[in-house]
Amino acid sequence: MQFERRADVSVTLLVVAPLAAIAVALLLCAGLIAAAGVSPITAYGEMLRGALGSRLSITETLTRAIPLIFTGLAAAVAFRARVWNIGGEGQFYIGALVTAGLGHSLFASLPAPIAISLLLAVSAICGALLLMAPVALRLRFGVDEVVVTLLMNFIVLLFVGLMVEGPLKDPMAFGWPQSVPVDPSLRLPRLVPRTRLHIGFLVALVAALTVWIVQARTVFGTEMRAAGLSPRAAAFAGIPLPRILMSVAFLSGGLAALAGSVEVLGPTGYVTTTMSPGFGYAGIVVAMLAALHPAGVVAAAIFIATVFVGADAMSRATGVPSFIADVIMSVSLLAMLTALLFTTYRIKR
Amino acid sequence: MNTTLDILASASLWAAVLRIATPLIFGVLGALICERAGVLNLGIEGIMTMGAMSGWLTVYWGGSLWFGLLAAALSGMAFGWLHAKLTVSLGLSQHVTGLGITLLAASLSYYLYRMWVQVGDLPPTITPFEPIRFPVLSDLPFLGEALFAQTAPTYLALAFVALTAWILARTPLGLAVRMAGENPHAVDAQGLNPLAIRTGAVMAGSALMAVGGAFLTMAAFNSFFPTMVQGRGWICIALVVFASWQPGKALIGALLFALFDAFQLRLQTAIPGAPYQLFLMAPYVLSILALVLVARRARVPEALMQPYRRGER
Repeated sequence: MQFERRADVSVTLLVVAPLAAIAVALLLCAGLIAAAGVSPITAYGEMLRGALGSRLSITETLTRAIPLIFTGLAAAVAFRARVWNIGGEGQFYIGALVTAGLGHSLFASLPAPIAISLLLAVSAICGALLLMAPVALRLRFGVDEVVVTLLMNFIVLLFVGLMVEGPLKDPMAFGWPQSVPVDPSLRLPRLVPRTRLHIGFLVALVAALTVWIVQARTVFGTEMRAAGLSPRAAAFAGIPLPRILMSVAFLSGGLAALAGSVEVLGPTGYVTTTMSPGFGYAGIVVAMLAALHPAGVVAAAIFIATVFVGADAMSRATGVPSFIADVIMSVSLLAMLTALLFTTYRIKR
Repeated sequence: MNTTLDILASASLWAAVLRIATPLIFGVLGALICERAGVLNLGIEGIMTMGAMSGWLTVYWGGSLWFGLLAAALSGMAFGWLHAKLTVSLGLSQHVTGLGITLLAASLSYYLYRMWVQVGDLPPTITPFEPIRFPVLSDLPFLGEALFAQTAPTYLALAFVALTAWILARTPLGLAVRMAGENPHAVDAQGLNPLAIRTGAVMAGSALMAVGGAFLTMAAFNSFFPTMVQGRGWICIALVVFASWQPGKALIGALLFALFDAFQLRLQTAIPGAPYQLFLMAPYVLSILALVLVARRARVPEALMQPYRRGER
């Protein structure tokens, strides 16, 4: 098989690519569902009903999408500049931990809007530092940041375990390893009454819009893209690569930490070592399905949230293991990578 | 200080080293073979999980232990083929594809396990590989337990180190693999197909990774549970760099790492007050440190992570 580059990338293809990838993933996973002895049509029907069938389930799906929008943006921003941030999971937990630690009593005396803004900012900075370290190691020593950020996820999770069983342990939690709660006055208000959907969803949308504007309308956005497309050409054009990559790391690590911070201020209120079902890793899939575009990230995050919320309901109704959600997600990622190739290349005959 | 000496002087520590090192030896060899051919295989974490599941399941369903290892190798090979199709034939990003393979292989393992195995209060078990006690030698003080009373896959791992080193350094096949990783254009000019060589190397390497995973469920433990690979795959990727892509050094790296791991496990019980998480963090911190220390003088295969497309530079 021989490939040749397409003269230009059409927008239609970029929109069709993720839809095709998702269709392929659902088709392949239908086989797995059938192997479990359940009709795929019934199973997918249950998933749709469980995720989007009622007012409550829709708000539940959107709540689930909030952290995914943040981790998806984090991956998209980094990947565009070819900073391989696979540490979203660790940055998520640092954001959550900092928010719970400071929000329990220290910040509770401040007026709520100020305290919440401060909590978000401090959490984001801590997450940013967590990614700037491996990027600095790459710039200084040439260490691959993929492996370092992956290994750091394990270190951070153990650190969270250490804190929630030690200094930040909630004495009122009947021995469960969970952190002290944030002060009730600092919890984010609900967007829809009597559901878990909170205004963090709007914060996530604002974050996506901001990233979009930065990428499309600012010099920094162009420099980021140039650094990713061709580092050598970018350096030759006088773009200070190290500074740009460190700024990208700041932005990306900060966004992933916001996911954890908003999750604590929103639905959970405290930190446990199992609060993330892989939000950091799922963010990578979200970013790829979005072809790294901020608007696409919002759509892809809602799709992935639908799959996960739906799979839980479907699993309860039919007995198909809920791990099918992870399989659908990973097959969509691989299919999307292949589809993206055909948006830039065509098969030569 | 005394605790340290006590632990180092215990025979059980040294017996544990080779046991802990075995999955790492398989994994690091597998990753090394892929990378010498020019392909970074971040699918390793998932492929090890798949090997752990498929090997265990084969034995659970009545197959022999060796048949289980074979099944694990074949499942690894299948995912290696997929990784090679996407990164070698299609030239996709090796970073993102590898992570995709890891997510897929791991989630598929969990899904199939849940679908096929009834898990009650405790996960079901199999009869794992028993240690082979060499007559006379295994009774040697100290060395006996450490070297001559291990399970069969451990000896297999050591044999594979020698085999891999010999093939890479001394055979035309090894030369072709190394050339595919250094300069695929030269391979093409020789009339060989660099894409086929890379695909073969990734499949062989992935088979070894899966056998390393299978060691966890078929020798180290006797049951399968999610997230049991615990980042060992990523540690192997770090060890390859630490070993400068040399099989012999990879063995030393895996052994040093295992010694450290066995040591921290015993230190954990020796110092009861300290939080156990600190000890568990150590292997990951050590891997990062090792990467930083050797990164400057690492001799990376020239064409690592560069897809080869004929007629494109």
